[in-house]
Amino acid sequence: MIDREQVKKVAHLARLNITSEEEEQFTTQLNSILDYFEQLSELDTENVPPTTRAIEVSNITRPDELEPFHSKDALLASAPEQEGQYFRVPQIMASDDA
Amino acid sequence: MSQETIKGLHQQLVNKERSAVEITTETLERINTLEPLVKAFLSITADYALEQAKKADSKIAAGQEISILEGIPIGIKDNMCTQGIKTTCASQILANFVPPYESTVTQKLKDAGAVMVGKTNLDEFAMGSSTENSGFQVTANPWDLSRVPGGSSGGSAAAVASSECVVALGSDTGGSIRQPAALCGVVGLKPTYGLVSRFGLVAYASSLDQIGPFARNVEDAAILLGAIAGHDRRDSTSLNIEIPDYTQYLQPELKKGLKVGIITETFGEGLDAVVAEAVKKAIAQLEELGAEVKEISCPRFRYGLPVYYIIAPSEASANLARYDAVKYGIRKEADNLVDMYATTRAAGFGTEVKRRIMLGTYALSAGYYDAYYLKAQKVRTLIKQDFEQAFEEVDVLICPTTPTTAFKAGEKTSDPLSMYLSDLMTIPVNLAGLPGMSLPCGFDEAGLPIGMQLIGNVLREDILFHVAHAYEQATEWHKKQPQI
Repeated sequence: MIDREQVKKVAHLARLNITSEEEEQFTTQLNSILDYFEQLSELDTENVPPTTRAIEVSNITRPDELEPFHSKDALLASAPEQEGQYFRVPQIMASDDA
Repeated sequence: MSQETIKGLHQQLVNKERSAVEITTETLERINTLEPLVKAFLSITADYALEQAKKADSKIAAGQEISILEGIPIGIKDNMCTQGIKTTCASQILANFVPPYESTVTQKLKDAGAVMVGKTNLDEFAMGSSTENSGFQVTANPWDLSRVPGGSSGGSAAAVASSECVVALGSDTGGSIRQPAALCGVVGLKPTYGLVSRFGLVAYASSLDQIGPFARNVEDAAILLGAIAGHDRRDSTSLNIEIPDYTQYLQPELKKGLKVGIITETFGEGLDAVVAEAVKKAIAQLEELGAEVKEISCPRFRYGLPVYYIIAPSEASANLARYDAVKYGIRKEADNLVDMYATTRAAGFGTEVKRRIMLGTYALSAGYYDAYYLKAQKVRTLIKQDFEQAFEEVDVLICPTTPTTAFKAGEKTSDPLSMYLSDLMTIPVNLAGLPGMSLPCGFDEAGLPIGMQLIGNVLREDILFHVAHAYEQATEWHKKQPQI
């Protein structure tokens, strides 16, 4: 079971502002989805290895060579705010959170 | 242009009966006529398409040989990056995003001379089963405009079904190609995981995402897959294998001794009788064509749904952390960085995306990881084992693609779980990384298409094409067109 307080906490972890309406809605909906997940406990998985990738491929390696991106200006232009060669962000050290 | 195929158009181009510009112009006219009803496209790239078409025509005029896809109008799901052309993922958070690079699949199609006519609608970030979760518009099912086209690649499915383009690309994480293909009466294929490069595909759940073709017949799907498959060093999960010419597997007769397995568990509760009947008839037809048919049990198949709705949102919650209003996308101003993240993400993401981010963040959070994510990964192994055992006995598995035909718009939007259930039959295939195809196999009493799903072993796309083509040649379903 997940309660409203936990929903708030998860939203904070996910960096997602949610309204009190959403809080209520998500609490109900996540609970019914988590209930649905309960059926997995019917299966004994004690000695079953987890699958992390559908198709096994061995480690893929390549030389770590510097390759300048072909459209640096377009890349920077995609940012909401930029200054010269940098992305600009608001003040970082201003809140208790940061 | 309704019955047009890649080969048919190619012949017309080679014989100079029609020019690529003529074909493209007619396609764009059809799009302009139908879009007010279907709303399959988020953007129509008319100038770009005509430019590509002109290139094809000048090649033909110069007497050069043209590739099979040269001058063929194609739709691209709007979660594949196209350099200089807006790519939104149907999300408000990417409403203004113009990629500075090209995805591998669209680059390959561009190099092959295909003519992209537009970017198709989807459920935001490919999360959904009806395309109703698009942040911009709701796409209609061409067979009944009051119904959904399925999702998440609903725009591509609807565009191909209504002949707004000849073929299209979609992506499939839990059924997002096969389910809309079934609901729109077209062919849709999810290839083996790693067969097609994901470079430039906006990530949803990386261990499951795969790009694949939509077409109105099996041959076109085989041609398109051949054009996009292949190793790519920019995708570390890309398989380094030789890509065959898939059209060689399209034979007039079914291979002798071909073994077909019916997944027993898929014909249970929740399956519409009309769907069950159509798929059973199709299986009987395959038997007439010479296939050996037997029932196969995949007892853990049904656990695919809960496993998927743990794994996919978990991976999504990590993948979508990149939308931070710093490098691209929209930004909502705030006094400090954390507030900027949280307010931007609240404004930019739709409800289903938020729900899955919440679900995934919770499943991965301290104290719950073992109970949810690890448990799901273990059950994923059991589902794979069911398939492995099945493929020791048969060459191809068959089941319905979806439990029902297309549902009404709005019917399932208030209850996320009921929406999730429409992916029951397609999800286990992604979990095991296998190739799966949806193929038209009938219509219900209201005239809505029904699809059956063929599932192959790892990298056995050849068998899917072979069986699907033999069935298609023996039936008329693929020749029916929506009256639009």
